[in-house]
Amino acid sequence: MYSEIEGRSTQFRALAVVLGLVILAGLSAAMYMEHYGHYVTGMSNQIVWGTPHVFAIFLIVAASGALNVASIGTVFGKTMYKPLGRLSGLLALALLIGGLAVLVLDLGRPDRLIVAMTTYNFKSIFAWNIYLYVGFIAVVVVYLWMQMERRMNRYAKAAGMVAFLWRLILTTGTGSIFGFLVAREAYDSAIMAPLFIAMSFSFGLAAYILVLLAACRGSGRELGDIVVQRLGRLLGVFAAVVLYFTVVQHLTNLYAAEHIGVERFILLDGGVYTMLFWGVQVLIGGLLPLALLFRTPPPDSTSTGRRVALASTLIIVGGFAQIYVIVIGGQAWPLNLFPGMEVSSSFYDGVVASYAPSLPEIGLGLSGIAIAGVIVLFGLKLLRFLPATLANSSLDPQLTHEGSN
Amino acid sequence: MTAKNFDPARRSFLGSAAAATGIALAPGIFLYGVGATTQVAARGLDEAASSAVRWGMLIDLNRCDSGCNECVTACNKENGLQGHGRPETDAQWIRKVEVRDPGNGHSQSLPVMCQHCEDPPCVDVCPTGASFKRPDGIVLVDKHTCIGCRYCISACPYKARSFVHEALQDQKPHAPRGKGTVESCTMCVHRIDDDRQPACVEACGDTGGGAMLFGDLNDPDSEISKRVATYATQQIRADLGLKPGVRYRGL
Amino acid sequence: MSFRRYAIAMGAVTLASLVGLTAATGEVPYPDIPKGQGEACVEDTDFMRRNHMSLLMHQRDDTMRKGIRSEQHSLKECLDCHAVPGSDSIPVTVEDPQHFCRSCHDYAAVKIDCFQCHASRPEQEVVAEVREE
Repeated sequence: MYSEIEGRSTQFRALAVVLGLVILAGLSAAMYMEHYGHYVTGMSNQIVWGTPHVFAIFLIVAASGALNVASIGTVFGKTMYKPLGRLSGLLALALLIGGLAVLVLDLGRPDRLIVAMTTYNFKSIFAWNIYLYVGFIAVVVVYLWMQMERRMNRYAKAAGMVAFLWRLILTTGTGSIFGFLVAREAYDSAIMAPLFIAMSFSFGLAAYILVLLAACRGSGRELGDIVVQRLGRLLGVFAAVVLYFTVVQHLTNLYAAEHIGVERFILLDGGVYTMLFWGVQVLIGGLLPLALLFRTPPPDSTSTGRRVALASTLIIVGGFAQIYVIVIGGQAWPLNLFPGMEVSSSFYDGVVASYAPSLPEIGLGLSGIAIAGVIVLFGLKLLRFLPATLANSSLDPQLTHEGSN
Repeated sequence: MTAKNFDPARRSFLGSAAAATGIALAPGIFLYGVGATTQVAARGLDEAASSAVRWGMLIDLNRCDSGCNECVTACNKENGLQGHGRPETDAQWIRKVEVRDPGNGHSQSLPVMCQHCEDPPCVDVCPTGASFKRPDGIVLVDKHTCIGCRYCISACPYKARSFVHEALQDQKPHAPRGKGTVESCTMCVHRIDDDRQPACVEACGDTGGGAMLFGDLNDPDSEISKRVATYATQQIRADLGLKPGVRYRGL
Repeated sequence: MSFRRYAIAMGAVTLASLVGLTAATGEVPYPDIPKGQGEACVEDTDFMRRNHMSLLMHQRDDTMRKGIRSEQHSLKECLDCHAVPGSDSIPVTVEDPQHFCRSCHDYAAVKIDCFQCHASRPEQEVVAEVREE
């Protein structure tokens, strides 16, 4: 049912080389930043979390969402998703490790990783997150083992349940990193956690779809349009939920007079942040993919793959924009020490902070994606993650009837 | 489903939740027991800081002149804050903020530094516990444990903290600071432990407007306690409920 | 690879390493550790050699977290006595291999990061230009 990919084609090797080069670039960027200090980046005392964090948070959020596909199969018992479960676990692992790598390499003292992993202040949601992230890796490894080892298959459901709950807590924790910051007007909100959960569902599935399409295409395995269509529909639902939470987030803020300032900034006169919000997050990453995904498929079903792939890509682009607006836009808006007053100082009080991504930051961020890519690429080659076929005919006949419409 | 319904996943989840709660509570209980309360007054260098004392500052803005920067200069000199010509990334432990009321045009100037809150958000969010509060109320960064994640900088409502963006040399021996860690006003803890005043307070008294007063807020006989009891004083963002140790008069 | 070939390869590697190691230890001279000022260190040399790292680790927590600044075990005091004057008779910083801590730590190849934050020599009067604000 499942088999390794051969992994000897020119395509495979070329991809491995390219990914390897990106990783090298990222590692040298990290060394450069660590050696000279962060003044070589675009980050400052006003914008302390920059492009690397945008990449890292995207990867971590997508990681938890990528595991959804496996959960739908094992925990919720949808038979169509069962063959997709192994790749889902692999991708979840890969994305998380990529995201964590970027996060750790950007630390001011990455040499103190051991300290970070042994000294904890449990009042900090960040500390909890370290446990949640590392634990996630262990949980997914066990889950994969249950799925892949025939004798352990009967425990797969239990492992899947643990994994599902774990990732919900993990994503809630990631959203709470921002939601717990009372000082920042853009963050202080209980909705950050559910918003992040919704984003994880959407970005994770989009990433999964792209990887599935690429893996099947690259290894010459058939991928029927029923699976693609179903996944695409589900993605549409998730993308709609993200839009919903975004609307609720901004509407609620607009009602509170104290948040009018930051809302005006994001929605109206924040320059690049406003453009990213409306143009990329909402339009390109939200409305356009919804239009693509909820169309009735034409009789010629060969375009389904391209349509869903395009929608997934747009959602990912929109997702990056969304996280950029949240992380960097949220920091650019100045702290309000004296409500109602105009302030100025030598420490950039009262002014919108400026930020431009620097090359080392972008390099480091991209290497996170490359690390994830390498893990998936070589995982597929070494172990049996990919089903031999996902053709329409290989699916449960019941599904073939209800799925196609 | 069989009659004996035992879901291993649920049991393991409950078990780990209970363990997690225990782990979360344990350090707090330990710290609570350890906090000592010993004699106050001039404490010897060998003695620990005690929670019977709460160091604080009172800044009289009626005496704080917009053009005066003595406190800032003194702090920079005392703690070895060298400028690198990069204002966006250069560290600032104290700064003068000009505040103007757009409604009536009234403006004033005040020095803002770490407010040494009683419930510091920076301490809450630090993943390794490097950001901590001493028993006598001074909030510090333990740079031995700081991993440079900058979460505390995001959490501070007063923009009090800075990240060290470059390698440093010839630091002041009494004020260690290094690349990749976070720092902020220490209320000149090295001076306080030696029964002296913070550098900014001293400079303000010597060459500035004499606006800054430092003392023990827990001692009813100290000058600062008497003034805080007599005059109306304010805290920045008092609504956040952080109970800062720095108070202003005439804000 | 057959077991025999593997064993021969491993043996060759081990032999080469041993030869290399012997050669190496023969080449690096025992460091000339500069003598500290004053009559004696706060603890005797043997104790210090074995335990200075524990002293540093524990004392730093006492000082940072509790505010205990006993002069005897203060890092400043260590640096005051163990300052090594350079060619211009100004104490050298840790950048210079003559620095007291480096003379042993370079030899033992144990990296220390204390001086990323701590000053590595007593405070000098000639200081970098202070930023006026």
